[in-house]
Amino acid sequence: MATRVLDQHQAHAASHDEKTGLWSWITTVDHKRIGILYGATAFLFFLIGGIEALLLRIQLGSAENTFLSPDLYNQLFTMHGTTMIFLAIMPLSAMFFNFMIPLLIGARDVAFPRLNAFSYWVFLLGGLFLNASFLFGAAPDQGWFGYANLTSKQYSPGLNVDFWMLGLQILGIASLAAAVNFFVTIVNMRAPGMTLMRMPMFVWMSFITQVLLLLAFPVITVALILLMYDRFFGSAFFVPSGGGDPLLWQHLFWIFGHPEVYILILPAFGIVSEVLPVFSRKPLFGYAAMVFSGVFIAFLGFGVWSHHMFSTGMGPLADTFFALSTMLIAIPTGVKIFNWIGTMWGGSLQYRTPMLFAIGFIAMFIIGGLSGVMHSSPPADLQQTDTYFVVAHFHYVLFGGSIFGLTAGAYYWWPKMFGRMLNEGLGKVHFWLMLIGFNLTFFPMHFVGLNGMPRRVYTYPEGLGFELLNQVETAGSFVLGVAFLVFLVNIFQTWRKPRNAPADPWNGATLEWAIPSPPPEFNFAEIPTVHGRDALWELKRERGGTLPEPARVSGAGIHLPNPSYWPLVTAVGILAFFVTLMTLAATGIWPVIASFALLLLGVYKWAYEPAG
Amino acid sequence: MTAHAQAAHLETSTGLDNRKVAIWTFIGSECMFFATLISNYMVNKGKSLVGPFPHEPWTSPAGQHFEPIFEIPLVTLGTALLLFSSLFVVLALSGAQRGNRKALIGWLAATIACGVFFVGMQVYEFTHFLHRGLGFTTNLFGSSFYTLTGFHGTHVTIGVLWLATVWVDAVRGKLPPSKSLNLEMAALYWHFVDVVWIIIFPVVYLIK
Repeated sequence: MATRVLDQHQAHAASHDEKTGLWSWITTVDHKRIGILYGATAFLFFLIGGIEALLLRIQLGSAENTFLSPDLYNQLFTMHGTTMIFLAIMPLSAMFFNFMIPLLIGARDVAFPRLNAFSYWVFLLGGLFLNASFLFGAAPDQGWFGYANLTSKQYSPGLNVDFWMLGLQILGIASLAAAVNFFVTIVNMRAPGMTLMRMPMFVWMSFITQVLLLLAFPVITVALILLMYDRFFGSAFFVPSGGGDPLLWQHLFWIFGHPEVYILILPAFGIVSEVLPVFSRKPLFGYAAMVFSGVFIAFLGFGVWSHHMFSTGMGPLADTFFALSTMLIAIPTGVKIFNWIGTMWGGSLQYRTPMLFAIGFIAMFIIGGLSGVMHSSPPADLQQTDTYFVVAHFHYVLFGGSIFGLTAGAYYWWPKMFGRMLNEGLGKVHFWLMLIGFNLTFFPMHFVGLNGMPRRVYTYPEGLGFELLNQVETAGSFVLGVAFLVFLVNIFQTWRKPRNAPADPWNGATLEWAIPSPPPEFNFAEIPTVHGRDALWELKRERGGTLPEPARVSGAGIHLPNPSYWPLVTAVGILAFFVTLMTLAATGIWPVIASFALLLLGVYKWAYEPAG
Repeated sequence: MTAHAQAAHLETSTGLDNRKVAIWTFIGSECMFFATLISNYMVNKGKSLVGPFPHEPWTSPAGQHFEPIFEIPLVTLGTALLLFSSLFVVLALSGAQRGNRKALIGWLAATIACGVFFVGMQVYEFTHFLHRGLGFTTNLFGSSFYTLTGFHGTHVTIGVLWLATVWVDAVRGKLPPSKSLNLEMAALYWHFVDVVWIIIFPVVYLIK
């Protein structure tokens, strides 16, 4: 590893020092660069998913509209859901895992830097694979939940479902590899003195998320394998005519699917728990309660899956059990909400953009949580299921929750990631447009849903009273679109400004603010020793005020992992394996074997590569 | 997947090597993988519309007779060898840690031999069942049996490849005691694959 000698004057040029160009990004194993790759890719997929949503909203803007064909509508709502969950929210969280976790725990990188690169490449290729289905006019069209027997060969003979099940399988590999990596990183790479109960709350929530990923993803992996066998080789796991049970799919899917909901929201919980204390100028209220309520949510998350299946007629015993366990989750969630409010209570609040998004998160998430409690009751759920009421509910938790939280994180950590402050004025415009647009789009869905408008149907007849509210929703969705245009403008404007963000623009409480913005490749010139929670506030208190701007020091003598392209080769092998599996009937077994050989080559070269 | 970032971190928070924590984490995840496969087998038990069946004879509507599929003695032998291989890999690891190269290479070879025998047993079993009329899509029993034991067999195969790779390193003198973790990781995985079989064997073969 070459070393770099920097001084203050060269700080700007330094980040462009020697490692630039495409190749340096392809072979990078730096968690910060991989985080940026995750973020950029996921944000692009988020925009694609958003455009899909706008097309859906145009179609629903008036009764009996013919803007989209029913078939295209099915493809777009399936891809909207699949994209937002697997290609936008999860990898946007992964961006923060990557960039922030090592900084927050005082480490120089993740436990397995090359495995980290591998996760990103597999995610990217999986996302491209899934979206390549549009090129064949065969995007998945069975819904993101892929219920049997919509997915059976008999009812979906085309490539649509194949793209979906193999795409999710590829993405699952990326998630599992990343989960092992971050689990080990948090367990093993903490700076001296950073005990578990001193970890920043974002690290705690990320840690719980990794556990959920590790335990939930194998279940969907098996479910997708069984589906693949049904479709490719003619088994009958989910085919009633062969003795199989379509409901087995629903059970397997939701045993994964409900923990997945917490995989999507817990990172946002963590981000908000970092932002609120900093802009309230007081420590997080009820730290231990926050930790244990997060653990409790994750634990209960594995015992509530059948509340997605009340309408399948499971019988009173199962209905009662799953209703009660679902209601129970409201308790730890409520604990969190009160703790966030308690954090702000009596604080000197600073309404900067990250804070606005964090407060918006709390308000919107409460609404989504309350409608969730409503359909934990089976009789109520039977009225609400498959209507727009459910669509309203999960957008309040996934958009009002996850996206608001992730956006708070983007504004909060942007200066640390890129060395530039996002514009506050545009940030506030972004916030208000998003808040208004979001509520215009999704609040009326509660009413049309309770009035009986079914979800996943491409149009509705005139005269049922759905027209006005649907027009409002469509208008609101375009306000949301404009909100994100403002964000894009903000990003581009900021890009052209000099990198002059201070190391600690918000008077932060955690270790990442102790090092320059953006951080040097080695993060910490000297590994910090931690003496309490809110380590940086602690340090500032000891020193009696703000800290001097940290100097950009030389990384001479600091050992960093070598760049490597074998993770990418291995990822390409995995993609090729799945593509050739899909074309098995046409191309035969040899391409599959060749792909597997490439995969094996990547693994061996990787394992025996001198790690530097 | 070497632990190079640790060079910066001379000590980890738990005192355990990153790779060791990683393999345990991976095994935890794999538990859910096999739990789901085993559940699938149990859920589909007795739901096959046609034979042949695992424990009962069956006569097809066309009058063809099928014997019960399972041959317990052969699988019992394979199971026993797989269990012994767990002991052998412990002895090999002990050799690696003590720097006893002879014990390392010998016991590791014995482990690999047991693994190869087990996979061979399974290949024989699968072809034998196929000849006796149980294809992958014949009935739900066939599909879930081949899926479950097939994935276990795949894990054993990967384990054999992994152990063989470590064995080649050992023979070339590239596995000094300081690198015995390379074997320990493969050994942990190997134990896990054995433990899974200890569950599969009674659930699939013994309980009627």
